[in-house]
Amino acid sequence: MAKLEIEIEEIGEVSVQEALSLGLTEGDLLRMYRKLVELRLFENRVEQLYLYEARIQGTAHLYTGEEAIAVGVARAIEGFGYIVSHHRGHGHALAMGIPPKEVMAELFGKETGVVKGLGGSMHVAIDPKRGALWASAIVGSGIPIAAGAALALRYRGERGVVVGFFSDGAANTGAFHEGLNLASFWKLPVIFACENNQWGMSMPARKSITCGRVAYRAAAYGMPGVIADGNDVLSVYKATKEAADRALRGEGPTLIEFITYRLKGHGVYDKATYRPKGEVEEWEKKDPLPRFEQKLIEAGITTEDRLKEVREEVAKEIEEAVKFAEESEVLEFDKLWEVVYA
Amino acid sequence: MSTGEERILTYAEAIREGLRQEMQRDESVVLMGEDIGAYGGAFKVTKGLLEEFGPERVRDTPISEIAIVGAAIGAAIMGLRPVAEIMYMDFLPIATEQLVIQAAKMRFSSGGKLRIPLVVRTQYSLGRAHAAQHSNFFPAWYMNVPGLKVVTPSTPYDAKGLIIGSIRDDNPVLFVECAVLYYGVKGPVPEEPYEIPLGVADVKREGSDVTIVAVSRMVHEALKAAEELEKKGISAEVIDPRTLNPLDRQTIVESVKKTGRAVVAADDCKTGGVTAELAATIVEGAFDYLDAPIVRVASPDMPIPFSPPLENRYMRWAKDIVEAVEGMV
Ligand SMILES: Cc1ncc(C[n+]2csc(CCOP(=O)(O)OP(=O)(O)O)c2C)c(N)n1
Ligand SMILES: [Mg+2]
Repeated sequence: MAKLEIEIEEIGEVSVQEALSLGLTEGDLLRMYRKLVELRLFENRVEQLYLYEARIQGTAHLYTGEEAIAVGVARAIEGFGYIVSHHRGHGHALAMGIPPKEVMAELFGKETGVVKGLGGSMHVAIDPKRGALWASAIVGSGIPIAAGAALALRYRGERGVVVGFFSDGAANTGAFHEGLNLASFWKLPVIFACENNQWGMSMPARKSITCGRVAYRAAAYGMPGVIADGNDVLSVYKATKEAADRALRGEGPTLIEFITYRLKGHGVYDKATYRPKGEVEEWEKKDPLPRFEQKLIEAGITTEDRLKEVREEVAKEIEEAVKFAEESEVLEFDKLWEVVYA
Repeated sequence: MSTGEERILTYAEAIREGLRQEMQRDESVVLMGEDIGAYGGAFKVTKGLLEEFGPERVRDTPISEIAIVGAAIGAAIMGLRPVAEIMYMDFLPIATEQLVIQAAKMRFSSGGKLRIPLVVRTQYSLGRAHAAQHSNFFPAWYMNVPGLKVVTPSTPYDAKGLIIGSIRDDNPVLFVECAVLYYGVKGPVPEEPYEIPLGVADVKREGSDVTIVAVSRMVHEALKAAEELEKKGISAEVIDPRTLNPLDRQTIVESVKKTGRAVVAADDCKTGGVTAELAATIVEGAFDYLDAPIVRVASPDMPIPFSPPLENRYMRWAKDIVEAVEGMV
């Protein structure tokens, strides 16, 4: 019988010391902390705005609990990387440097929003000049698009890499299969970043990922499969950097499964009563923010007081973003005709 | 259209020449699709291009329609001008989400930040005894999609000018060829590159008694019908919209205002098809000028049968158009 060899690289928690040896500076680590806080407080505020203040309509899929992935990835590809995002993309947008006020204004449907209020929550991570290429609200569809963006880089001989974000549910779509296979077939500089947050709406990944691990599937496409700790920003950074280096060397795509957890419901209104008792509490112990705080303090890079200041600064910024969004105008309807076609 | 010594090409050759000239002119034009390289494409439209431009620019893909269109979209938003080939229009529904829900929305949903200079070429094989899963033509599905353009060339001259126009367009374009025309029609095609802008209909024949608006293969049937009708003393004007979206409604409406009668003809099924939109356009724009009800000459609302005599009976021909006109004058 023929046998498929499945070798998975597992990247566990990465210490501050190791991170520094990988090329990050103490300043980088502090900036990454600030970003994590920005993503977390942004989502906390968004949740309030929807649920308790009813100031935003439509839906939103919160990134709460998954922040380390966007922040670690964005740092690892800074200066040469692009992303394709998905429906749970607030964190991707912020991590790529789109200002919180533009993201917030987008959620409010205002013309000052990152895509003029035409996209809303599921399309906030679109700003090509910052490397955010597109955000698909159709599960899985961004995967082949990320491959194609990488093809353009390779074709022009540009030094760059594209990260296609998706979650466990998307790993069961046809687009996943076709996109990964094509990327491997052409050896494209793309990283398939699966944010395995354990759930696809109410479908648990432990059931839907029939082979046990998303990363195992990499073997079927002849590309490296990696499992990283998606709740440790440094583990994310390390895994992404390795994959990016591989891509830049011309060695093709990597599938990384970031193990994480969706701390909130699927959308803001989902109470997620289908989750087993105690699951959230278990994962809260692995919350990426306190974990990173502790590491930074233990390594003597900063102090609890200083981090508190950071949190307060960021909270103020987010309040300003809300004010900015609220005071902005809605685009005139007739202006819509200008963006149907180029 | 051209003078002096006319060079005659087939429809397939004309498309190939348009592709080749755009690839020569613009390095960012890249082809991708199944068996388009050494094989030359299922209909040999891309024959010789691999040899001329190499495998980086003429890219064979696995059988992955979603990824062909998806990757072409990704390349397009990064600044390439990809031309993706979907072998049969019947396979396009597999990739329709990519084309319709991704590509066609990108300009809009990015608030105007993205440009998507993408062409998806495909063909329909009605008339080739390919049965219900290899003969379909359903352009109306895609006409219903703002953000996407739909092109349906009928002659070699138009095919070359429109493929060039489609490649140079900064929007996603669905370019639907007709397989029986590939080697079934020949016509004059200038050697130098030329662009036909999308959204401009062409009056294929002038006339004064009736307007026949026809699409793709049916343009040729309409022209044959017009000759028949001339023998009977009826002067028919034949209009080819050439692009279905944007649709040059003005040319159609003006013609009907002049003739007072209209037949609309296309190879797709009648219900919800292209002919419905064409008829509605005429009703909206020229109702007061109509001397007779509009007649639609469209395929019957059934799957396409294999058996050649049955398929032949299923299809619409010049005689159906002649009959329609005779019924209204
Ligand atoms: C093709 C498609 N099917 C269904 C949906 C509805 N839907 C939106 S998100 C979602 C769950 C996605 O799960 P996963 O891929 O794990 O992403 P997550 O929400 O966990 O980030 C579903 C079913 C959709 N948007 N697209
Ligand atoms: Mg999930």
